[in-house]
Amino acid sequence: MAAVSGALPRWLQRPTTYSGLWGWVVTVDHKRIGVMYGVTAFAFFLVGGIEAVTMRLQLATPANTLVNPDTFSQLFSMHALTMIFLAIMPLSAAFFNIIIPLQIGARDVAFPRLNALSYWVFLFGGLLLNAGWLFGRSPGAGWFAYSNLTSGPFSPGSGMDYYVLGLLVLGTASMAAGFNFVVTIINMRAPGMTLMRMPLFTWMTLVTSFLLVLAMPVITVALIELGFDRFAGTNFFRPEGGGDPILWQHLFWVFGHPEVYILILPAMGIVSEVLPTFSRKPLFGYPVVVLSGVFIGFMGWAVWSHHMFTVGLGPIANATFAITTMFIALPTGVKVFSWIATMWGGSIEFKTAMLFAIGFIVLFIIGGLSGVSHASPPADAQQQDTYYIVAHIHYVLFGGSIFGLFSGMYYWFPKATGHLLHEGLGKLHFWLAFIGMNITFAPMHWLGLDGMPRRIYTYNSNMGWDFWNLVATAGSLLIAVSTLVFLWNVFTTMRKEKDAPADPWDGRTLEWSISSPPPIYNFRTIPNVYARDAFWHQKYVEGSDGRPRPVPTGGATAHSEGHEAAESPHDIHMPGLSYFPIILALGLALTAAGIMIHLAVVAAGVLITFFGIYGWAFEPADPE
Amino acid sequence: MQLDLFLIIFWTAAIVFVAVEGILIYTVVRFRRKPGQEMPKQWHGHTRLEVAWTIAPALVLVVIAVPTITTIFKTANTPNQAEVLEVTVRAHQWWWEFQYPQFGVVTANELHIPPDPWVIEATLESDDVIHSFWVPKLVGKLDVVPNNTNKLWFAASRIDADPATPELDPYFGLCAEFCGTAHALMRFRVIVEPTKAAFDAWVEQQKAPPVAPASQLAKDGQRLFGEKGCTVCHTATGPDREGLQSARMTSFLRTEPGKPAPYPAPNLTHFASRTTLASATLDNTDDSLRRWLEDPNKVKPGNHMAKLAGAYTNPNLRLTPEDISALMAYLRSLQ
Repeated sequence: MAAVSGALPRWLQRPTTYSGLWGWVVTVDHKRIGVMYGVTAFAFFLVGGIEAVTMRLQLATPANTLVNPDTFSQLFSMHALTMIFLAIMPLSAAFFNIIIPLQIGARDVAFPRLNALSYWVFLFGGLLLNAGWLFGRSPGAGWFAYSNLTSGPFSPGSGMDYYVLGLLVLGTASMAAGFNFVVTIINMRAPGMTLMRMPLFTWMTLVTSFLLVLAMPVITVALIELGFDRFAGTNFFRPEGGGDPILWQHLFWVFGHPEVYILILPAMGIVSEVLPTFSRKPLFGYPVVVLSGVFIGFMGWAVWSHHMFTVGLGPIANATFAITTMFIALPTGVKVFSWIATMWGGSIEFKTAMLFAIGFIVLFIIGGLSGVSHASPPADAQQQDTYYIVAHIHYVLFGGSIFGLFSGMYYWFPKATGHLLHEGLGKLHFWLAFIGMNITFAPMHWLGLDGMPRRIYTYNSNMGWDFWNLVATAGSLLIAVSTLVFLWNVFTTMRKEKDAPADPWDGRTLEWSISSPPPIYNFRTIPNVYARDAFWHQKYVEGSDGRPRPVPTGGATAHSEGHEAAESPHDIHMPGLSYFPIILALGLALTAAGIMIHLAVVAAGVLITFFGIYGWAFEPADPE
Repeated sequence: MQLDLFLIIFWTAAIVFVAVEGILIYTVVRFRRKPGQEMPKQWHGHTRLEVAWTIAPALVLVVIAVPTITTIFKTANTPNQAEVLEVTVRAHQWWWEFQYPQFGVVTANELHIPPDPWVIEATLESDDVIHSFWVPKLVGKLDVVPNNTNKLWFAASRIDADPATPELDPYFGLCAEFCGTAHALMRFRVIVEPTKAAFDAWVEQQKAPPVAPASQLAKDGQRLFGEKGCTVCHTATGPDREGLQSARMTSFLRTEPGKPAPYPAPNLTHFASRTTLASATLDNTDDSLRRWLEDPNKVKPGNHMAKLAGAYTNPNLRLTPEDISALMAYLRSLQ
């Protein structure tokens, strides 16, 4: 064997360096990739936040002239695209990466190089989507990009090209990640971890991954058709050529509604981990919470036209989609009740992670109820495309997704880095964010009901909207301050010694059974799983009064019988490092960018892509 | 009816909100960890409770769903009655055209209607991109889609501005679907005439042929209106010819961006009778009319007149202050 692989050219050899910047470039370790996802996504989160605050400053007073209308439409388009595709989705992916293999007792994901590819494609796709700020103009037709405003005569210039190509590239990353986590969760669980013993976060990741794999192709088709309309003059969506602009809306929302659940289900999974830990009680009604998540994943496909109640689809379609939409409130309600029941009778410790999880429930209830109110088409005829909807989506996506993700950051930060975030600063962060969020978004409910439409860059003072807009802007500044507190917390924490214990919160799942941060191979011995909350049951047994009793020292090993002798870390086989994920990702991004620049760039991109695939396929399994 | 339904939903949601948040806060406060507390009992679930809290919200949803469905079907078709006024609403980037096919009247940005019990049946058509027709205090929105005509009906009783806030416009309408640069400034005003007779009088006035300008200044203005190329897009002599606007639209779509082309523009035949200008964003005063003619892009950024009209793109056709005074006199004569 050595002779054969020794004959391979040097550029086909696996890299061997784990250290320095280069070690990060060639890494296939799920924990490192997770950290890269997290850092990159948070940087994009800050960009999206700056865009949001700029918009709020423009709207602080009537007839303000801070930005012109074209800049404003680029700001609201890029704010949504950035927060959805470049912040919330990849922050969720960061948790999938860091936590899922640890929770299921695996040493890595099923396809480590594909995992690295997902990250690099995400990074380049995100840069491509944002390149419009530097070169020409950014997409300015909203993240929903309704046809035919996106066609040549109405969106001249390169703005919408960045949208089409950037999202096509990003979709590749999402689909690859979705496949990877479906296979990982189904195939790589530790022995004994049946589906109904999986931690809730793993369950929600599984559902989200299926949604990614199924939803991304729909937007891909729509984007390719839009690309043809723009680059080749076809008529998929252009009415002047007989095309149908409403077709875009159907395709977009068939993707777009499952996408909403792609954004919220991971946060629901995080909250379902944090609440039991800090209440010292198991999740109430685990099977029902799991099935609710699965049901939401299914029903997410049957409600898309509720985004289109005002399009004029007719009473039958509106009635049907009103009913299916109201249906989705049921599993969501069941989850909320189960979370409250989890805390009921518990022993609640208010760590920052727990505060964010409780904040998630408080705010998600508000967002959920306003959601039900526009499930009714006649009421929605007033609410659609107004600030009422802006309020709703921010209660579920900021109060929901982002609060859930912050909860996860405080909860798993020690596991990922070995550092415990400062609790005092964390609580300051929470309260500023919670108060700021309500000051910003609650007034938008009344603004919307008072007739203020979305996506307007200015308003006259004779509309009576001045006061609440100013209040909302003040709130948004408070949110910005809260984010700075978080950054300061991370910055100061990372400069200290690594002092996080393996199990700082008295956790329930397997990731807390190994050191913080975990060794490269995660588990020296793959654990056997005998129950839900596997690690909790290694630490405690339930007494006859239903209260847990600590297992006597040494008792934990009672579960270990039948294990093979612990392996020496040097014998653990880990996937080899690789250059090719980043090369392949670069090729894909270059191909896409070339469509805007020059055919020669496309050719170069295709060549690099093929080189990446070739090298990927033929590189040896292990370094020499 | 929309309001009744909204109130049902609002109060249902309010009750659920208070109940659930109340239970949540009670739980969080009551079960906070106290020093020296022993481990809590490990409950895993309670089937009857779980069934109950699935059925209870389902019943609450029925309270919302039944009136929702009945309202959808009740409001779907125009009521079968004699007093129906047909209006064709054509949305353009970024202004509103209102046609009264029963009377041959065409106007822009101000929708005059007779009061309740007259029902207005609006046929919604778009010349370019998707817009959305909405009068917040009168009728919920419906999208205006190219190649796909929608119909909407409503009735209005006359309301006056609230004396406490006289500056608030009672029946303002606006575009609710993002439609490009000047979307925020695509508004209109609904004027409910006090009686049907008053509405008929307004129609008669709009149907009257344009009056020839009297003063010399206005006559100069009329000449400039032709010479400076305003007539490429604007008509000021009665309703537009059949098909003229769609011919203008076609030519716009075939034109390279940035090159001048005819484009559908507001009919100015009775311009002086309107209360607003620039898509109902300014009062129709001499001051605002001058500002509009001097630099339309400053008043309403992105608008097609600033981008396409010879008077603003061709140095040979540029308007001098005297030209503007003359044009204003002419426009003011269009009673």
